[in-house]
Amino acid sequence: MSGAPVIELRGVSFAYGAVPVLEGVDLAVPHGEFLGIVGPNAGGKSTLLKLILGLLEPTAGRIRVLGRSARIASRDIGYVPQYPAFARDFPVTVEQVVLTGRLGPGRLLGGYRPQDREYARWVMTQTEIADLAHRRIATLSGGQLQRVLVARALACEPQILILDEPTANIDMRVESDIFDLLRVLNQRMTILVVSHDVGFISAYVRRVACVSRTLLCHATESIDGQVIHDLYGGDVRRVAHAH
Amino acid sequence: MGDFGAALLTHGFLQAALLAGLLASVGCGIAGTYVVVKRIGFLAGGIAHAVLGGMGAALYFGVDPMRGALVAAVVAALVIGWITLRFREHEDTLISAFWAVGMAVGVLFIARTPGYSVDLMSYLFGNILLVPREDLWLMAALDAVLLLTVAALRRPLLAVAFDEEFARLRGLPVTLLYLLLLCLVALTVVLLIRVVGLILVIALLTLPAAIAAQHAATLGRIMLLAVVLGSLFTTGGLALSYGPDLPAGATMILLAGITYLVSTLLQRWLQRRRAHAPATARGAP
Repeated sequence: MSGAPVIELRGVSFAYGAVPVLEGVDLAVPHGEFLGIVGPNAGGKSTLLKLILGLLEPTAGRIRVLGRSARIASRDIGYVPQYPAFARDFPVTVEQVVLTGRLGPGRLLGGYRPQDREYARWVMTQTEIADLAHRRIATLSGGQLQRVLVARALACEPQILILDEPTANIDMRVESDIFDLLRVLNQRMTILVVSHDVGFISAYVRRVACVSRTLLCHATESIDGQVIHDLYGGDVRRVAHAH
Repeated sequence: MGDFGAALLTHGFLQAALLAGLLASVGCGIAGTYVVVKRIGFLAGGIAHAVLGGMGAALYFGVDPMRGALVAAVVAALVIGWITLRFREHEDTLISAFWAVGMAVGVLFIARTPGYSVDLMSYLFGNILLVPREDLWLMAALDAVLLLTVAALRRPLLAVAFDEEFARLRGLPVTLLYLLLLCLVALTVVLLIRVVGLILVIALLTLPAAIAAQHAATLGRIMLLAVVLGSLFTTGGLALSYGPDLPAGATMILLAGITYLVSTLLQRWLQRRRAHAPATARGAP
């Protein structure tokens, strides 16, 4: 892979109407990075992801993803949303959900090809949900559903994996499991993960981007009380961890 | 009921009515499933009622009203689709307005139509006993269009019905597929006009699929079960209404409504029993 960044934001600003959400954001993510994105609620973390995914257009600045415009590049990104946009009681099985990751603009007619089904089976094995393949998503636990969403994102054969608070609604043990899985996946792809928990993710990621209207990057080694204080504007209980 | 069986063998109009009911059930099972799982019952209602405008205009200009209905339904689907995509925050107000204005236009056209007085009631509430033979062919053709479209595009339609945002990220033509889905609903509305009429369309479009969704796990199975249920409701309604000479459309809807109520109560009861079963087995106080 060349040294060119896979994600590059230059002077990016975004506002919802008159309300500025992000201002003058510069970010370059090299290939193979595991980047954590942290920041206070409503600080613009999810907005930043939506800009990178091409779901929103910046009001100023430039975004290039994999050397292309964000909207085109989204097909090569696997996205795990914080709040799934679907109803939990939608009548669909785990396998059907994962298979939707195989859809693209070019193959709309008829059924899935055998290689699509095979690929879906492979990512379900990797995310340890193969035995849930024929279960309805309504019957899954929070942790199981999260794995299904990761599997769906992986089914896209992404070069970049983007996760928005992947562990917000699940317990600690499952949280470690998911991040251990991400660590393995990071050997193959660039990963961006949004989290509210600086202490937890800095054990996994190499660099943390702190988003609170503006964006500042820190190597995980350099995160101390002052950085967190500046970011959250108050005392935050920190959990000590070894790097 | 015995009377109905004997009458069915001798009367051609009853056979046509039975066939119309069955043809309508195919459409309402397929399109109705999308309406229920995507929760667009209100949009479907708006499309159905606005169709009266097209039927009225067709009558006034001397065109076959079913053709007017077909055109009006597709136009209504596209307008309502555009409203939901463009003005999401005001969609309920705008759809309500479109719903009522469509009907008002239809009533005005019908009032101004010269010559014999048009039976407005049969458009609003259906008259399955007077289905002309050429309408049966139209219904069969609409069923064929529905079946072929859904069979060919079942994967992208599922993706859009399930999670629009993800489908958009995959590069699927989400807006086009969404409008197509509404057009399929529009075709189904036309299918149902002769059977239950514009006002009652929404019940036959949603109730069989809603009952099926309580008992089946995937879209395909819900569609199949909804078609079977729709057939039972139209045939049952026709048979029950024949003896006492009741309006067939209303009888079908009542049958569907009662079944939905019973099915919902049954499902609640089963869930509660399942929830309490482990505690009882453990002998909890």
